[in-house]
Amino acid sequence: MNAQVGHFATLLALLLAGVGTAAAFIGARTEDRRYVVWAERAGLAVFALVAIAFATMERALITHDFGVSYVAQVGSRTTPLFYTVISLWSALEGSILLWALILSGYTALLVRWSKRREATLGWDPQVPYALGTLLFVNVFFLLLISWPANPFRVLSPAPLDGPGPNALLQNSPFMGVHPPMLYTGYVGMSVPFSLAVGALFAGRLDEDWPKLIRRWTMIPWTFLSLGILAGAWWSYEVLGWGGYWAWDPVENASFMPWLTATAFLHSVMVQERRGMLKMWTITLIVGTFLLTVLGTFLTRSGVLASVHAFTQSPIGPFFLTFLAIVLLGSLALLGWRSETLQSEGRFDAALSRETAFMINNLLFTAFAFVVLLGTMFPLIAEAVRGAKVSVGGPYFNEMSVPIALMLVFLAGVGPALPWRKGSLELLRGKFRWPTVVALCAGVAFAVAGIRAPLAWLTFVLAVFAAGLLVAEVAAPVRVRRRSNGEGLVTALWRVATSNRRRYGGYVVHAGILVVAVGIAASATFRKEEEWTIQRGGTGTVGRYRVQFDSVWAVKESNRDGVIAATTIYAGGNLVTKLSPRLNYYPTAVEPIGTPAVREGLREDLYLVLMAYTQDGQSATLKAIVSPLVGWIWLGGAIVGLGALFALWRSRAEAARRAAQPETEKGRIPSEALR
Amino acid sequence: MRWRRWAIPLSSLPLLALLAWGLTRDAHTVPSPLPGKPAPDFALQTLTGDSLHLHDLTGQAVLVNFWASWCLACRAEHQVMLDVAKRYGPQGLRIVGVVYEDTRDNAKQWLKERGGDWINVVDVGSHTAIQYGLFGVPETFFIARDGRILYKQIGPLDEASADKWVPRLLAATSGGPEGAPAEGQTPGHVQNAPAPRE
Repeated sequence: MNAQVGHFATLLALLLAGVGTAAAFIGARTEDRRYVVWAERAGLAVFALVAIAFATMERALITHDFGVSYVAQVGSRTTPLFYTVISLWSALEGSILLWALILSGYTALLVRWSKRREATLGWDPQVPYALGTLLFVNVFFLLLISWPANPFRVLSPAPLDGPGPNALLQNSPFMGVHPPMLYTGYVGMSVPFSLAVGALFAGRLDEDWPKLIRRWTMIPWTFLSLGILAGAWWSYEVLGWGGYWAWDPVENASFMPWLTATAFLHSVMVQERRGMLKMWTITLIVGTFLLTVLGTFLTRSGVLASVHAFTQSPIGPFFLTFLAIVLLGSLALLGWRSETLQSEGRFDAALSRETAFMINNLLFTAFAFVVLLGTMFPLIAEAVRGAKVSVGGPYFNEMSVPIALMLVFLAGVGPALPWRKGSLELLRGKFRWPTVVALCAGVAFAVAGIRAPLAWLTFVLAVFAAGLLVAEVAAPVRVRRRSNGEGLVTALWRVATSNRRRYGGYVVHAGILVVAVGIAASATFRKEEEWTIQRGGTGTVGRYRVQFDSVWAVKESNRDGVIAATTIYAGGNLVTKLSPRLNYYPTAVEPIGTPAVREGLREDLYLVLMAYTQDGQSATLKAIVSPLVGWIWLGGAIVGLGALFALWRSRAEAARRAAQPETEKGRIPSEALR
Repeated sequence: MRWRRWAIPLSSLPLLALLAWGLTRDAHTVPSPLPGKPAPDFALQTLTGDSLHLHDLTGQAVLVNFWASWCLACRAEHQVMLDVAKRYGPQGLRIVGVVYEDTRDNAKQWLKERGGDWINVVDVGSHTAIQYGLFGVPETFFIARDGRILYKQIGPLDEASADKWVPRLLAATSGGPEGAPAEGQTPGHVQNAPAPRE
């Protein structure tokens, strides 16, 4: 029953998405409102149907309906409920179902938004074009789950039990957070892409276009940032190697669109302020979406080997066809409109925020290219030389560290530069104190024993950039305090809320600086030890002494575990007790560890149980001390808060916007291109 | 500037061509070094609780088939296996099923429902799977009378491959170091072992 309901819902959704795509394009072309209304209804219905399919799959998983092929593939009677629920996205077909759910959710949001927009601003052909494009993307993913990656195939007779989800994926509750968050970001890039395509079709970029597409990009960008970091955290907490990033193709696939989307978020501001870089900006957002499709193709079709090994599946040719359609289609659109999307403004001076944004864009796209090249290189090498090669961390690290350092520098310098033209005197004033502070910090770091040049440089640049950011906030706060006599907190809050986008952006920059410091420190100053010790014996790593106390076995419904008890001392004092464990899943060849981590702002102590003797008398432990690794997650939280602050619209603000007279809201075409 | 309209989209064709070519490759298949080499030996417990030593089958044509009850492709394959057993069993073909990452009970139930009277052993800890360089289930190894692997089938066994390779297995003369087993010896030489505890 579940299989039939789910499959029928996806088929119907596919049909409606197809009809909706056609209706939206016809409506946009003929300027016939009635077609657009049908497309909007189709969009909402697609969301409802995919939600039904999703809920049906959840029900099938929870009720162990092994007659549904996907349940037979990832379900198991012994898997705890929580992992059964999240096992929906533990394999290819289910993850595409999650993808379709999020995509159709965004479609429904776009429909709601376009209705409201039309109610206040009237007819605008770019919106139905955008809706048609987004529905077309829906068609593709619904086609996948209707046919080649159909999770609702009927199995008869139904198996008695299934293997359960991949053991690695049922080893940490993080699997409940990381994939949905990442997908919300990744899939969300379809919306700005659709808006960009809509604008290209309609041949117009209104005054408010940069603002609205920026907002539609900020939301997925925030989820993508947090999703990538959540994945890094998962890797750190579960995989037992003490690292968080391995430049695996799947990681790269999520990172490349993040880089281009970040570049876009900056260049679109130049477009908004100065009417420049139009063609470039629109190329960036189209490219971001293309990278999400390319990344998914590379990692799901079996073209590249990856640790996130999705099994060989027949979706490769489908993905390639889709990629070809969107790539050729959007490039043709860009080529067609390239003459009409000329810049209005010009660069006035080399020393300006525009220049900083240009360099920023250059760096981000170079970064994305470096990652793309490294990811694709095994394929290129095999095509050219016939040799199987793999590109490892050293290439990526060597190429990305200089770019990342320059970006850290720019994160502070960019906001300090004025638009149009900066004067040297102004800069001297702004840069004086941050430079002094950074130099003092540099000396202090060196004295404290930080001699590794790259880490030292990262810290100094981060202090410098942070100093500039603080100065940017401090100046208006000081003015307010002096002129209005406000307290520090009040003044700070009023300044911050006076321009949420700007100050939210500064908070995001600060978060990125914290992440950069965390990466530099944990990569450079990591200490690792491995000992085989007897009961009661100790090993030393960094300032810690690890004492192995005992080892015992536990039995759980879905796995057996062996837990080692250890006591940690530092400088003779008891610090904590840690219990790393090894888990034995019936379907996993090798035991899967759960590292025990003592997290701290200063450093993490990371303990992995590697092996033990059957009599429990000795154990092999791996201990890693990673300084400041927690700053990466902390920085991620700051990025999230900053983005939320920038996106937040207070009630007063919303009311003010609603009360604005028509003409002020900006739908005055800056250019009538047709 | 008309050329731009064409040049921009056309610039992506090499990329698409590369990706299309990539689809024809399988990034995961590394050429297996096993065909031509002696089959890795194993001694595992059968589903009935006896013990089976692969070594003892030297001199006979053997199919070693890795499978699991949770494996969907194995279900489709099972019909072919039954057919192969029926046609080639009387000619001396031995089939050894190796239960991969699965419980004894599930495997027994599966066979009860679907039939198949050949020997099945349980690969506890998957050591044998590792020795055979298993990429997934099902995989089938064709072992000649001299104990060497003649061919490896990745994925479900199909009739065409079976009809191509099994006759070769049966035809290949025994020439292994151990020679043929003494006449009259039970094929497979199943030893009695204590009943397993579940």
